[in-house]
Amino acid sequence: MSGTALEAGSIPAPRASIGPHLLSIADLGHDGIAEILRVAEAFAEVERRAIPKVPTLRGRVVATLFFEESTRTRLSFETAAKRLSADVLSFSVSTSSVKKGESLRDTVETVEAMGIDTMIVRHSSAGAPAQVARWAKRSRVINAGDGWHEHPTQALLDCFTVRQVLAERQGRDPGELGTGCFEGLSVLIVGDIRHSRVARSAVLAYNALGARVTLVAPGSLLPPSLEGWPVEVATDLDAAIGRADVVSLLRLQAERGSGSFVPSLREYTAEWGLTNERARLLGPDTIVTHPGPMVRGVEIAADVAELANTVVTRQVTNGVAVRMAVLFLLLGTDPPAAPDEPRKVPAHG
Amino acid sequence: MAEDVGVATGRLLVRGGEVVDATGSRRADVLVIDGVVEEVGASLATPAGATVLDAEGALVSPGLVDLHTHLRQPGREEAETVESGARAAALGGYTAVVAMPNTEPAIDSAAVARQVLDLGRGAPCEVAVAGAITAGRRGEALAPMAELAHLGVVLFTDDGTGVQDGSLMRRALDYARGLGVTLAQHCEDESLACGGVMHEGAWSSRLGLPGMPSVAEEAMVARDLALVRLTGAPMHFLHLSTAGSIELVRQAKAEGLPVTAEAAPHHFALDHSVVAGYDPVFRVNPPLRTTADVAAVKAGLVDGTIDAVATDHAPHAPETKDAPFDQAPAGMLGLESALAVALTELAGPDGPLSAREVLALFTWRPAAIARLGPNDERRGGHSAHGGPIVPGAAANLCVVDPAVRWEVDPASLASRSRNTPYAGRPLLGRVRHTVLRGEPVVVDSKVQR
Repeated sequence: MSGTALEAGSIPAPRASIGPHLLSIADLGHDGIAEILRVAEAFAEVERRAIPKVPTLRGRVVATLFFEESTRTRLSFETAAKRLSADVLSFSVSTSSVKKGESLRDTVETVEAMGIDTMIVRHSSAGAPAQVARWAKRSRVINAGDGWHEHPTQALLDCFTVRQVLAERQGRDPGELGTGCFEGLSVLIVGDIRHSRVARSAVLAYNALGARVTLVAPGSLLPPSLEGWPVEVATDLDAAIGRADVVSLLRLQAERGSGSFVPSLREYTAEWGLTNERARLLGPDTIVTHPGPMVRGVEIAADVAELANTVVTRQVTNGVAVRMAVLFLLLGTDPPAAPDEPRKVPAHG
Repeated sequence: MAEDVGVATGRLLVRGGEVVDATGSRRADVLVIDGVVEEVGASLATPAGATVLDAEGALVSPGLVDLHTHLRQPGREEAETVESGARAAALGGYTAVVAMPNTEPAIDSAAVARQVLDLGRGAPCEVAVAGAITAGRRGEALAPMAELAHLGVVLFTDDGTGVQDGSLMRRALDYARGLGVTLAQHCEDESLACGGVMHEGAWSSRLGLPGMPSVAEEAMVARDLALVRLTGAPMHFLHLSTAGSIELVRQAKAEGLPVTAEAAPHHFALDHSVVAGYDPVFRVNPPLRTTADVAAVKAGLVDGTIDAVATDHAPHAPETKDAPFDQAPAGMLGLESALAVALTELAGPDGPLSAREVLALFTWRPAAIARLGPNDERRGGHSAHGGPIVPGAAANLCVVDPAVRWEVDPASLASRSRNTPYAGRPLLGRVRHTVLRGEPVVVDSKVQR
């Protein structure tokens, strides 16, 4: 029977703790990522119910603080929090006192004074969530994308989706695969790596799980230094694409095509886009991911976006379960914090 | 040598220290009468009514001279004033600082220069000023350098930015040569720095912050050295931070070009890895660079390529620094910690220099660049700094204990701002007393007014 409450025992007891904050994939390591993927499978099951809601975070308050525009990430986090029965407060810069000149720090302190348990922060400045975490006295902080730095939950849902597809092909449960399915997997990340928070998180996540990551981009869109990055770099997409198990495309922002990073969008598409011609070089089982929003005709041809192995819609669906897992693992095992009793949260960094 | 600054009346005995200056070092007491050194010798008798400063175990050096201080007045008094900055300077052992002209309005006229000089007259540290090279520091037209030179201004800079236009910089050098003044450059080619907020390299790439590459500094150093070669005008290079810049200046000095250079303490004490936690206290311009650059700055200080340590003391009010890293203003405090940082990094157990050699970088060498030494003609009405501690010298002294271990406490700084990058970092060596024209303005590491 589907119910409003999850039956006792069907939410897995956490095996590894994560937190207190999720600012970077580096905070998780292999075991943290594995635990999130494991718990997310249970929540994916919840989502398939008639009434996809559990009381796990009842009484908890989750605030989304988005200082930069976003559609899918905010909706995904808010949906995840609501399915866990948390109260959700939504804060966006266009309607807030930030417009009146309030500083980030004051905003954070104000929001926290309302008894918030978790702040989900998106900001155009790299590191802003780390600073919010330093200022926060009792809240947990989740990075929902900060500048060019990281977008941890995007990388987690990419990994979750890839494992799901691999499991289906083998007719097994994704949970049974553990993280062994990533061992030696060849992942190609293509596009504007330099300005991509998705790429930075994806490199860390795939690497932690044992995959081999190759970056493909024009030189001007690679980070100035790759010292310490566990990656290989290829310049010829045609040569690299046939060997890839996963091709991870990144959005090219239109302003990057204005001439200073690449000569034109047309040339970018011809050399580094997943065109129909180039898609023919893909292996039959190669999975194509894209964090969205897609710019069809630039980094991905419209027809390619519709191929069976292109899992963009599935990524969006899985985003909710993965974010439920993150919220649950950060919050679900704690007693709610009393506003007058600051919880000891170790400083980050 | 009439000076338009007052001197303390009365007698002061600095007892039991090791006197160090450009002539050497010796164990000696220093007797000061009415602001002037009266006698230097072993076991001097204490005159009746004299104030005694204990210098046992300490070095007695000329008062320090900072070539690069941002006092923020006029315009940013919430971050610093001439008075609060001078108190910070005195605590750091300084008896003279050169105030940078990037105030609001800029020091690009006699009126603003006079205002800052007047504010400095009663302060616990002497305040000289640097003038702007271009009007409003906008990099478009020359500032009235001759008018400022008449007030005794000898250093000119658009610091905060470099003069981007090469032909304007060339004309400025031609003009300055005739006036007998020195131009100082903040070397940063903006087209190459490209809005970067930290050093471009491994850390900026990992942290997702826009970086400014070393070549942004080096390209302007190279251009300006070529202009010095062309014009024959002297130049001073501010806060050099890259191995490449230092090598360019090393070669230029070997060639005989009339150039000097300074380095800031944070560029030989900290590297870009400290930005990992995104704390804006580590945002500074030029940015903190690699460990190889840190080593090159130290090597430049050791071999004399870099003439002086200058603080680039850059106060910012807490509310402006409490921002995302890329939105916070660049700059860190320096006056109260500079000598201690240098002694720790350069004269510690494994350091390449002696304490006296470190003091040279803070005293007679910068005094010569600022033309505040005893043999400089006008000194803009200031007393003499950095000279030998001998009878007849102005009693501007710093007593520093090189063995004291301490930590900077941001909350107790004399500066109005709190943006020190050294909080919680153990330092070796601390200023015990500072004497300004015979007056003990700092006693036992406490400012007296």
